[in-house]
Amino acid sequence: MSVIYVLLAISISVAIVFFIAFVISVRQGQYDDAYTPSVRMLFEDELVDQSSENNNQNKSQTE
Amino acid sequence: MQVCMEHSNCYHCGDPCGARSVEFDEKVFCCQGCKVVYEIFSTNGLEYYYDLEDAAGTSPDFKPQKYEYLDNPDIVDRLLEFNEEGIQVIELHIPSIHCSSCIWVLENLNRLNSSIKSSQVDFPRKKVRVTFENSEFTLKQLVVLLSKIGYEPALSLEDFTRKKSPVDRSLLYKLGVAGFAFGNVMLLSFPEYFEVQEFWLDQYKIVFRWLMFAFSLPVVVYAARDYFISAYKGLRSRLLNIDVPIALGVLTLFVRSTVDILFDFGSGFFDSLTGLVFFLLVGKFFQQKTYAFLSFERDYKSYFPIAVTRINANKEEENVEIYKVKAGDTLLIRNQEIIPVDCVLNHGDAQIDYSFVTGESQAVVKKAGDMLYAGGKQLGGIVEVETLKSVSQSYLTQLWSNAVFSKNKASGFQTITDAIGKRFTLAVLSIAIIAAGFWLWYDPGKALNVFTAVLIIACPCAIALAAPFTLGNMLRIFGKYGFYLKDTNTLERMAQTASVVFDKTGTLTTSDENQIVYEGMELTPEEASLLKTTLRASNHPLSRSLYQLLQEYDIQTLDEFTEEAGKGLEGRTDQQSIKVGSAGFVGEKGTKKPVETAVHISSNNVYKGRFAFKNTYREGLSQLFSRLKDKVGLYILSGDNEGERQTLGQLISFPLPMFFDQKPEDKLVFVKDLQEKGKVMMVGDGLNDAGALAQSDVGVAIAENVNVFSPASDAILDGKIITHLWRFMDLAKQSISIIKWSFVLSLCYNVIGLYFAVTGQLEPVVAAILMPLSSISIVVFTTVSTNFIARNLRIKS
Repeated sequence: MSVIYVLLAISISVAIVFFIAFVISVRQGQYDDAYTPSVRMLFEDELVDQSSENNNQNKSQTE
Repeated sequence: MQVCMEHSNCYHCGDPCGARSVEFDEKVFCCQGCKVVYEIFSTNGLEYYYDLEDAAGTSPDFKPQKYEYLDNPDIVDRLLEFNEEGIQVIELHIPSIHCSSCIWVLENLNRLNSSIKSSQVDFPRKKVRVTFENSEFTLKQLVVLLSKIGYEPALSLEDFTRKKSPVDRSLLYKLGVAGFAFGNVMLLSFPEYFEVQEFWLDQYKIVFRWLMFAFSLPVVVYAARDYFISAYKGLRSRLLNIDVPIALGVLTLFVRSTVDILFDFGSGFFDSLTGLVFFLLVGKFFQQKTYAFLSFERDYKSYFPIAVTRINANKEEENVEIYKVKAGDTLLIRNQEIIPVDCVLNHGDAQIDYSFVTGESQAVVKKAGDMLYAGGKQLGGIVEVETLKSVSQSYLTQLWSNAVFSKNKASGFQTITDAIGKRFTLAVLSIAIIAAGFWLWYDPGKALNVFTAVLIIACPCAIALAAPFTLGNMLRIFGKYGFYLKDTNTLERMAQTASVVFDKTGTLTTSDENQIVYEGMELTPEEASLLKTTLRASNHPLSRSLYQLLQEYDIQTLDEFTEEAGKGLEGRTDQQSIKVGSAGFVGEKGTKKPVETAVHISSNNVYKGRFAFKNTYREGLSQLFSRLKDKVGLYILSGDNEGERQTLGQLISFPLPMFFDQKPEDKLVFVKDLQEKGKVMMVGDGLNDAGALAQSDVGVAIAENVNVFSPASDAILDGKIITHLWRFMDLAKQSISIIKWSFVLSLCYNVIGLYFAVTGQLEPVVAAILMPLSSISIVVFTTVSTNFIARNLRIKS
């Protein structure tokens, strides 16, 4: 049953890793603006679509 | 074609296309400016802008020479956030950011100029941070580029003087620590909730318990630190605020739990402890709602320019920082520029718009030798002025040296939670002592147990959460309808308001619409038609509104048209000529003083009459006043003369104290005197109300456009909903009753908990269930009931 010590150590270190990740993200200011990234995230997709569309058009033109 | 275009909306900005509409690329634009923006976007592959959102644009309106001061390296250096090795970074405030298209185009600025490396938008704060190479590109070019595409940055004296303050993120860290500890402690304490006698559990419980202790330590030392500090401060000033029982509870929980595990009495209350702190911090976080795009701290600095054009001894123009302007300097003020200091007009025709100062929207005409006050905006041509004072000593700016501007209104105010905190603490302490006394006599071994159990279970988590969630939610509801409050403390003060003081111009009147009254000889249809045709060609705001009024007349063809900036217009056909403009321009010789804005008309050089522009009162004012009449004392203060007393008297159907010719200091003193009778709400708009707004308990600034400018205040109210002010005040009062009901509810939980505590049966599991249950039910109750009482608002808006 002493395996419980190993398990505890693992679970707590995983938890601490996530906690450190949280602290770093706050420090970098990722929580300062919680709105814009949600909009920005959608743009990238649209942009890729558009450029690939253009590529397709170009291709069809060349063909 | 003309007819069809008149009815369509601009492809770029969505405004209705009027007489000046332009067609380009099969699309209709309301003006040349919008068309240019479209051209810039379409030639740079940015049409996606219009796909994201329809008519998202803003019509550009700027003068490039306005930014000449950005050639001055000293000024640029102070504005930049970073400047090294050819890379410059600047954060610009752009008020016109409003939709996803804006974000997209501003983050793709590098497609418009390759020197721009990257740009990032912070939408809630309406800011964009741009990184660019300064070898071939300057800040001035960046600002001009942004202005050209309709995103003119607001550069003000505030950006120039402000110290970059570090962002305070400590609450987020504390919330993180408490949440992290809460989750882990819950997991670790779970086994002991059920099978206490199990063999393996017994074997390892020591490890589990000390791990919980380790997790709780940072919560008590770091996350709950503010409660200890606040309780200590409260006690030192002999105040029993709500943080005293909270701090006492947290401390007792920690000490008792540590003693429990140390002597193997039990598993301790670490789960309740971390949960309590976590919930309290969540409440604090919720309360901290801020409208990042609004500023409640603005003074004259946030709209004064950074630099002005000075004419030096060698008659050369130079750009100087505003703080370097001394009395006796000669300045050039261009169209749309703000006069930064009190001065005398040397030459040029000045039409000064004092709307920032007084709320009066119509420009005042000044002649050479007249005195001009700081804060006015020049409309029309270039004028030359001689300064009388330095910036900080001008009539208006001096107001800010008054002590009221450095006062913190929240500090001297006892919140409803703190008010109950005192009685609550005394009650809890006496129950704890009585119970401990009883057990000391009955079973001394349990006395300490019971004493600490009472302090633990009575820890007022639910009470401390009631106000943040009720007020925080109300704040959000208000914000949704256009009433932005600085903090929840303002809402509480609003509920206690005993009298409301209104400013007149710009507050009760609206600057959006004007009533135009014609006085003089009647115009013949031919004259009216000629007048309309002449006005059509002019861009002046007065011409535009007059043009709208003369809808029904035909449009003729003009043979000749001249416009003299700041004076007027002249239109001529073969039979007739008409002059429109200032009294002097049309040949009217000083009959009346120009107390109100008017446009004078002469036909064939014969004076006909004038169109006077009068302020209109907002609709629904009489209803607003009669609703408020029985609840609070009402007063009207105006900086204008008594001319409007009668009109106002008729509008408001009951007598009410009105004071005219009030200077900014008079308003401040008036509010101060009134405060002896209770809390005062001041409703005003211009900078001349700034003193009274700061002095009052609740300063409400009225804004036609909340993004533009409002003086320092506690709340910003959209001018369109001022007639609903009484609803908001009612809601503020009702919110306080909701908080009181929540107190009753949480006291019920406390009574249940106290039963377990005083009878000496308080198990950790009971505390661990009761504490979150009470907190969550309070959150649910307050959220549901605030939304319920605010439902009327939705129907009415």
